[in-house]
Amino acid sequence: MLRVEGVVKSFDDFTAVDGAYLTVERGETVAVIGPNGAGKTTLFNLITGHLKQDSGKILFKGEAIGGLPPYHICRKGIARSFQIVNIFPRLTVFENVQVAVHCQQRRSSTLFRPAHTIAVKETRDILESVGLSGQTRNVAGSLSHGDQKVLEIAIALGNEPELLILDEPTAGMSPEETWTTIELVKRLALMRGLTILFCEHDMEIVFSIAQSIMVMHQGRTLVQGTPEEIRNNSFVREAYLGGA
Amino acid sequence: MFKSIVHSRGSGIALALLILLALLPLIVPRFFVYIFALIYVTSLLAMSLNLVVGHGGMFQFHHGVFYGVGAYAMALVVTKTSWPLWIGFVAGPLVAATVGLLIGWFCVRLTRLYFAMLQISLGSLIWAVVFRWYKFTGGDDGIHGIHMPPFLASLNHSYYFILVVLAISLVLMYLILKSPFGATLQAIRDNPQRCEAVGIHVRRHQLYAIVIATFFAGIAGVLFVVLERSVFPEMLFWVMSLEILIMCLLGGWFTFAGPMLGAAITVGLRTFVGRYTEYWTLILGIILILLIFFLPDGVMGFLLKTFRSQAKEGSERSPL
Repeated sequence: MLRVEGVVKSFDDFTAVDGAYLTVERGETVAVIGPNGAGKTTLFNLITGHLKQDSGKILFKGEAIGGLPPYHICRKGIARSFQIVNIFPRLTVFENVQVAVHCQQRRSSTLFRPAHTIAVKETRDILESVGLSGQTRNVAGSLSHGDQKVLEIAIALGNEPELLILDEPTAGMSPEETWTTIELVKRLALMRGLTILFCEHDMEIVFSIAQSIMVMHQGRTLVQGTPEEIRNNSFVREAYLGGA
Repeated sequence: MFKSIVHSRGSGIALALLILLALLPLIVPRFFVYIFALIYVTSLLAMSLNLVVGHGGMFQFHHGVFYGVGAYAMALVVTKTSWPLWIGFVAGPLVAATVGLLIGWFCVRLTRLYFAMLQISLGSLIWAVVFRWYKFTGGDDGIHGIHMPPFLASLNHSYYFILVVLAISLVLMYLILKSPFGATLQAIRDNPQRCEAVGIHVRRHQLYAIVIATFFAGIAGVLFVVLERSVFPEMLFWVMSLEILIMCLLGGWFTFAGPMLGAAITVGLRTFVGRYTEYWTLILGIILILLIFFLPDGVMGFLLKTFRSQAKEGSERSPL
């Protein structure tokens, strides 16, 4: 479904991504791992159009999407959450998700019809499926950090994506929140048949939910394989898993 | 479509206020009727700016241009052509919105202060043309004695016409702000990057908002001509734009009706303090400084907050 081939991106004289390769098949949950500064977030930003690659190819369903603006890529079926909480702090939880649903339904430019009567059911369903239905009327900025990260995912679901990209979905969460969120991600993959691409520091989490893992190091793809293959790869163990 | 308005609590207050204002010419002297009409015109102008500044988060720093263009469009149609008068009324908002589209098309490509600087430059260009082109626009003299249709013959008639147009415009603006378009616009204000990521064409949405706002500014321009029967290049000058911006800040730009309150305060100060001293802006300046320190949400924002905390979380979000 998604193929990244030899993508390179540099900022001034620093090369953040220097030859990344990634394959995501439909229905798979794929993890990208690597130490801080390995280029994971930059790679995601390239896929979702927030950055433009210097060279290489990004193909989504066989179509080159590298360099398209983010809103265009989103309409093709890729939605994402952000590593650092990126929501609409002044709007309510409900409105946060509704903005995405309106856009998905191509109704963002509807004038003269009250917004609160449009896409209500869809929005409620999403909030229920992520466990935020008790907080719909609260202002998003007042939620706990963990709930805001979950809201991130809910907003992304509003676009009914085929491919969901999660940039460190559990960053800054308590251990308890982390496991609830991981359960949520697993459930979404299963029930909605979503294809998920995520990155994460916690190896326990990665090996528990990913069907395929891609390892990045200094902007390069070292290897992509099943969790079993990654665990047994001596090069990866040395470079990243600390010889464990 | 009007259901949401009819059932909101603010609509009762608004209706009562409207009836009161409609009775006004029967009670107060002529001069006050004129001042109130001027407040309505200025209110509509400030409200139109707030669509993009307060609710849209854009640095629309030269909104006066569209007010002036609307007024001049009407004045020129009435004085330079033999077309029916109603064309002048329609031309005002349409020409203003067209100029808004042209200037906005360039501005939305830039962000924040660059947006503001470009708009001030392009706007000043239009001002310079109007100010200098004596043969066509009357230059710095403006255009005077603009002929009005018989149904606007007296001041009271003009007053009612302005009041009705203001009321209709406010209802439309309210509907727009509560629509998915308005909700999306406010989401863009809060987080444009996230909006792009959920599939919103941010620039295009902002451009639509500018066109709508400049359309209403054009209506305000037409109403000014109805009231004054003249137009001046000062309407397009940057000082005018700054004044409208102050009205929005004064009233509170995160509220719906705030800018109207700001307009009333500004026009009131100019009229009544201006009588005693030509330095009335000094008072305005002091009020503004105090406001920024003590009421950062504006006068209306402050009133709503106080009112709400007294009403104890009854229903959330007053429609005002």
